[in-house]
Amino acid sequence: METRHKILVLDDDPVFLELYKEWLEQLPSKPEITTCTSGARAMALLEAEPYRVLICDLKMPQMDGLQVLSIVRRRFPELRTVVMTGVADEEFRSRAYALGVDLFWLKPDTQQNMQMFLECLESLLGRDAESGFRGIQNKSLMDILQMECLSQSSTVFRITRGSNVGKIWILNGDLIDAETEGARGEAAFRRILEWKSGTFETLPSEPEHERTIMKSVNALLLETAQAMDEDSSAASAPVEGESPDDAAHRQTVWRIAALAREGAEWVVSLPNEPIGAPEGWGTQSAAEYSAWMRYASEATRRLGEKLEAGPWSHIQMQNHERRAVLLPSKHRTFLVAWAPGTDSSEVLEKTKKLVTSWDS
Amino acid sequence: MGLLSLFSKPRPTLQRLPSGSITVDRDGHIIASTVSSAYPVDVLEEVADEVLRMFQEARKSHLPLSEFRMHFASLHITAREARGGALIFLSPAVSA
Repeated sequence: METRHKILVLDDDPVFLELYKEWLEQLPSKPEITTCTSGARAMALLEAEPYRVLICDLKMPQMDGLQVLSIVRRRFPELRTVVMTGVADEEFRSRAYALGVDLFWLKPDTQQNMQMFLECLESLLGRDAESGFRGIQNKSLMDILQMECLSQSSTVFRITRGSNVGKIWILNGDLIDAETEGARGEAAFRRILEWKSGTFETLPSEPEHERTIMKSVNALLLETAQAMDEDSSAASAPVEGESPDDAAHRQTVWRIAALAREGAEWVVSLPNEPIGAPEGWGTQSAAEYSAWMRYASEATRRLGEKLEAGPWSHIQMQNHERRAVLLPSKHRTFLVAWAPGTDSSEVLEKTKKLVTSWDS
Repeated sequence: MGLLSLFSKPRPTLQRLPSGSITVDRDGHIIASTVSSAYPVDVLEEVADEVLRMFQEARKSHLPLSEFRMHFASLHITAREARGGALIFLSPAVSA
């Protein structure tokens, strides 16, 4: 049976809610429209039943739109969010997008604008209902790329692993470019393929995108697979018949070797859950440092919410002895220390690289 | 669609991101500020308190800091330790 999508509209003015309702009921997919006039009521409704889209005004008393979006982003990550506002200000547009909204739209003043808004909204409602499978779980990125290239697709993959983001361009089944922080072309492609898990989304193809990769995708996949096999055999792959103590020892050795290879002084990692012991490599002070990590993460989160500045990505710090980066990932938060002479513009990228290899 | 011009109704104002610097003494009092006077002082005082506590907690954990920079999606806060107080820079990150 076909189910109707549900849209929740939040605006403090009941007159406009009535108008919205009339307009949205014209959508071809005939969604169910619910309206409310306060952020608190919107939260209660979202808790009570699943909605597909939240349309939210920005200027509202008590809890403004940015506060609502900040909470929604954390509590309802699957919900599509749309800002509909009369505030024509680039700062608020940037902040709304930083909070992860799908669409930021100035309140329409012409019939044409309204029609365009409705078309965008219809597209947003239908995005996951289009034909095709979702939820590939047991396929590696290599498998997915091979499938795309075999089917002669043209697309752009956006791949996210923790704080790392990469893009791979495919045109008519040919791999033409790849990019991740600090690398482009073949180097970026190899680095992205080393990520063992993550999420990806497909973006519209970019036929005009510059080609930097000339090798065939199969040749590159083969080279990368060989390099990864060599690395893993020397590193952290489990050894048959190995005792748990030996495995733990070997992993510690591998991680200390990774520290030395990347040039970091030490690493402390801490589970994001309130309980859980910290782990430290290259330092005896993991417990002391982890107390500060816990405090700093919480204080920074509080500040971000108070200032409506969006989620925090990292903290860079220094004293006369070292530079360091506090970097949250999905399950753990890492504090990585570097020598004071390390180039400050490279510290974040090096930290992300180390954390990615640590997490793999 | 003349009705749509009603969208220009008077509404509560949205808080802008703070931009500028504040100098804070060791007790958390703001002794100088270049942030717009329209920005609520109590929020700036909260920022100052959190920053000073971050420096204090770092010292307690034997990780004394001279400077740190918090990166949010739409704001950067840079704090430099200054004789127990701090110099704090607030820089909105506006996308191009």
